[in-house]
Amino acid sequence: MTLPLPFTTEPGGETWTVSDLNRYVRQSLEADDRLQDLRVRGEITGFKAYPSGHWYFSLKDSNAQLDCVMWRARAERQRYRPRDGDAVEALGAVTLYEARGKYQLDVSSLAPQGEGALYREFARLKARLEAEGLFDAARKRPLPERPRRLGLVTSPAGAALRDILNVLRRRSPLAEVLLAPTAVQGPDAPRGIVAALQRLGELPEAIRPEVILVARGGGALEDLWAFNDEAVARAIAASPAPVISGVGHETDFTIADFVADLRAPTPSAAAELVTRFSADDWRAEVDALTERAGEALASGLAARRAALERLQARLERLSPAGQLQLARQRLDDLEARAAVAVRHQLALARERHNRLTQALNAVSPLAVLGRGYAIVRRPSGDVIRRAREVQAGEALVVRVSDGEFGATATGAHS
Amino acid sequence: MSPKSKKVKEAAPAGGDVEALSFEAAFEALEAVVARLESGEPALEDALALYARGQALAARCGQLLDRAELRVRALTPEGTLAPFEAGEAEG
Repeated sequence: MTLPLPFTTEPGGETWTVSDLNRYVRQSLEADDRLQDLRVRGEITGFKAYPSGHWYFSLKDSNAQLDCVMWRARAERQRYRPRDGDAVEALGAVTLYEARGKYQLDVSSLAPQGEGALYREFARLKARLEAEGLFDAARKRPLPERPRRLGLVTSPAGAALRDILNVLRRRSPLAEVLLAPTAVQGPDAPRGIVAALQRLGELPEAIRPEVILVARGGGALEDLWAFNDEAVARAIAASPAPVISGVGHETDFTIADFVADLRAPTPSAAAELVTRFSADDWRAEVDALTERAGEALASGLAARRAALERLQARLERLSPAGQLQLARQRLDDLEARAAVAVRHQLALARERHNRLTQALNAVSPLAVLGRGYAIVRRPSGDVIRRAREVQAGEALVVRVSDGEFGATATGAHS
Repeated sequence: MSPKSKKVKEAAPAGGDVEALSFEAAFEALEAVVARLESGEPALEDALALYARGQALAARCGQLLDRAELRVRALTPEGTLAPFEAGEAEG
């Protein structure tokens, strides 16, 4: 029996759906490690950046073409923006777009040709210097807090110098800048930068900069390449003064940045970092010192005043005026007591005198004289008691009741 | 002059003419004056003199800050220093 079949089905062949096959091929491609981490060199053609942020383009050489896609998340990080005709190196993984059965390169990064090689060189040098310990945090020297002499290694005609000087003028006009001018791009730049660093380092210590800025404005990757030079890295590490790097833009990292004691994202930022202590801070410091001087003086005066007052109080306690007063009081007291005592004694004496007077009157010889008796005495006062005591012719004094008269003995005792 | 006024001089740097001092010298001298005053040691007369000197030093510092102009010198490859006039930057 012959069937009018348009096709002959050979035995052994498997039948697939398109979807299954495309998925299988994609998975096969993605399972191949060699195809998942590769670099492809070619020329950009049909570059298209979609509003979604994804990039679509092809890479071609003289004989062939390869579809490429770069998803938004990666395209956004891309510093280099490709244009048709650029010779580039794409890093990515091979996959398949199932809906169209089209194989393509899923690009993770894209660099102008030559840059890829540069980057590998960069990565190797970075790894080597890192292994040597040149980037160790322990090697990083602290920046001087208030530097006055600043070294500058940059181009005398570059935007970086202008930016740095603007910041320094604004923030720290007291600073002294020592510019070691050098080319910062081109084949001579590494040697120039090394020599500039050495010149600054060799200055006598009294005028040597306390901190050095190595700076260059933004530019294409190859323009910054001098800062990825090994000799430059070693000169930075050998600098006697700490080094701040300020190379390119915020997103640019160079070997110089890793070896520097501090990395600033831009030249202006480097200038800000060395002038963290600004002229205004100095002003505030001077004001604070002035205030402290005033306070110290005032508190010194107050302490002296207090000491004086304490002394005055002590002096008053010790004053003889106080003792005098006390003595006077005691004296008054004694006087009063004495007066009382004397009056009392007088009264007693008076009373006793009266009593004695009466008693005396009772026995008084005068009372006897009143009765006619007389007392005969010599002029010396001796009383004549017996007749024989008298010599004839002796002068005598005779006392009678109302007075005395003289007498002469006319005869002696017989 | 009392013999103690010698101490005032000791607190000041040599060549006590405030108007001739650099910013650093004036600032350091000011710090020394304040430390001396805060020690409470100087006799009253000396403390007053120190305070007056501190004021002069502070004024000198302020004056230098106000007048300061960034000094830029270039270090030539021969190692000599020359004043540097910033020309027009290339961009």
